[in-house]
Amino acid sequence: MTTFQNLTSAKHIKRLKLSEALFTRGLKLSAITIVVIMIAVFLTLVVSSLPSIKSLGFKFLTTSEWDPVTSKFGALPFLFGTLITSLLALIISTPFSIAFGLLLGEYYPKGIFSQIFKNIIELLAGIPSVIYGFWGLFVLVPIIRTYEMKFGILPYGVGIFTSSLILALMIMPYSASLITQVISMTPANLKEAAYSLGATRFEVIKKLIIPYVSSGIFAGMLLALGRALGETMAVTMLIGNTHDIPKSLFGPGNTMASVIANEFTEAPDKVYVSALVEMGALLFVVTLIINILGKQIIKRF
Amino acid sequence: MKGQGITFRRIKDVFVKGLIILMAGCSVVPLVAILYYVFKQGIEAINWDFFTQLPKPVGEVGGGIANAIVGSLLIIFFAAAMAIPFGISIGVYLSEHGETKLAYFTRLVVDALQGIPSIVIGIVIYIWVVKPMGHFSAFSGSIALGIMMIPIIARSTEETLKLIPFSLKEASLALGVPYYKTMMKVIIPSGLSGILSGIILSIARITGETAPLLFTAFGNPFFNFDIQHPIHTMLTPMSSMPLIIFNYATSPYDDWHRLAWGTAFLLLVFVLMLNIITKIATRKWKVQF
Repeated sequence: MTTFQNLTSAKHIKRLKLSEALFTRGLKLSAITIVVIMIAVFLTLVVSSLPSIKSLGFKFLTTSEWDPVTSKFGALPFLFGTLITSLLALIISTPFSIAFGLLLGEYYPKGIFSQIFKNIIELLAGIPSVIYGFWGLFVLVPIIRTYEMKFGILPYGVGIFTSSLILALMIMPYSASLITQVISMTPANLKEAAYSLGATRFEVIKKLIIPYVSSGIFAGMLLALGRALGETMAVTMLIGNTHDIPKSLFGPGNTMASVIANEFTEAPDKVYVSALVEMGALLFVVTLIINILGKQIIKRF
Repeated sequence: MKGQGITFRRIKDVFVKGLIILMAGCSVVPLVAILYYVFKQGIEAINWDFFTQLPKPVGEVGGGIANAIVGSLLIIFFAAAMAIPFGISIGVYLSEHGETKLAYFTRLVVDALQGIPSIVIGIVIYIWVVKPMGHFSAFSGSIALGIMMIPIIARSTEETLKLIPFSLKEASLALGVPYYKTMMKVIIPSGLSGILSGIILSIARITGETAPLLFTAFGNPFFNFDIQHPIHTMLTPMSSMPLIIFNYATSPYDDWHRLAWGTAFLLLVFVLMLNIITKIATRKWKVQF
C-alpha cells in the first residue's frame, strides 16, 4: 500500500522525475523524428537522383527521347503528360466542385438532404484509386472508344482524355468538400446587408460570395491539383503508356507517376533508376510546394 | 449601373439555381455509378472459394484470393502497430507545446506529408529497406503505409486534445498527479474517441493504397503465412488486395477479371465500412465538456 511517506520518499520522487523526463523527452523525440524523416526523404531522393542529374543535366527536362537501351532519358513527354492530364482534370472538375460548394455551402447548408449529400461525397473521396482505374478500364474506356469511332479518331479508348476524366472524378469530391467549407464561412452580416439592398441570391453569390471566397476556391483547386499530379494507379491503368509526346488529346501518353510505377522495379542500371527517382523528386518538390501553399491559404479562413 | 428589370433578375436567379443543382447532381451520378457497378460485378464473383482458395494458374476456373486477404490484413496490422504510438505521441506534443518552433515545423511536415504522392513514399522505402535487404518484403510495405498513416493520426489527436478543457488538467495536477500520469490517465482517455476515429480513418485511407506496395510488398501468388514464424513471413514478398486488383485488372483473362471485381468489391466494402464507422463514432462519442 502506498502511504504518504512512500509517496514523498526521495526514491519515489526521483523515479517520478525520471518518468516525467522520459515522457516529455519521448514526445519531443517523436516530433523531431517525423521532421527528420521528412528531411531524410528529401535527401534520399536528391542523393539517389544525383547520377542522373550528373550525366544528363538539364537535358533530362528538355529532351523527349526515352530509350533505356542507349541510356537516353528525356522526361519531357512525361512532364507534359502529367501537366496536361492534371490541368485538364482540374478544368473539368472545378465548375462541378464550385456548383457543389454553392449548393451545400449556400443554398442548402442544413437539413437531412444536404447532410446525406455531404456524407456521400466524403465517402466517395475514400474510394481507392485502383478501383477508379479498374472501373475506368472496363466501363469508361469502351464508352470513349465508341465515341472515338463515331468521330473518326483512332479508337484507342485509353489515353490522355480518359485519364483526365477519371482524375477529374477522383479530385472532385476532395475539392468540393474544401470549397463547401470555405463558402459556408462567408459572414452572414455581409450577406444580410446585400439582401437588404435588394440583391437577388444570384447577385449575392456573384458579387459577394465568390469574391469573398475566391482565395479559398483557389486553394481548393491547388490542393486538388496536388492530388492529381501525384495520382498513380488509375492513370497508370488508363493512359496507354507510350513514351512519345502525345499527339492528340485522345492519344495515349504517360505521366511521371505512371512511368515510375511501370518501370521502377524493372530498371536494371544505375542511371535508369536514378532518372526515375529524379522524376519522383520532382513530384515531391512540386506537391510539397502546392500543399504548403494551399493549406496556408485555407487556414486564413 | 444600368438598371435591369426585377423580372429579368429573378429569372436569372432561378436559372442559376437550377443550373447549380443540375451540375451538382450530374457530378454525383458517375460516382454512384462506380459504386453500383463494382457492387454488381463483385457480388457475382464472391463465393466460398473466393475467401478460402489461392489464385489458380491461368486456364483453370475458380480460385480465390485468400492469400491477398491475409496479406492485406498483416501489412495493415504491422503498419498500424508502428504508426499508432508514433502518431499519437506527435499529436500530444503538438497539442501540449503548440507554440514552439519545433511544433511549427512538425505541423508543417505533418501537413506536407499528407500531400506527398504515395508512389514517392514507395520509392523512398525501396531505397531505404528493400535495396539493403536485397529482396521485396511485406515489412517494407508496412513501413511505407505506416508513414502515410502518421500524419492523419497525429492531426486528429492534436485536434481532439485541444478540445479538452484546461480545468481537467489543472484538477489532476492539483491533486498531485505527476504530469505524465495526468496525460496518460486523464487527458488521453478523455479524448480517446477522437483519437480512435482518427486511427480508423487512417486505416481506411491506406487500405486501398497500391502505389507504395508495388515496390515494397510486391505481391506473391502463394500462401506463405506461417503462424509459427510471423516475423519471417513479413520478410518475404506478400500479396495484398489492391495489388491483386491492379495485376488482374490489367491481365487479359476473364477469370482473373472476375477475381479482381470480387476483390474490388471486398476492398470497397471494407473501406466504406471504416469510413462510416468513423463518421458515426465522431458523432456519437463527440468529445464535449
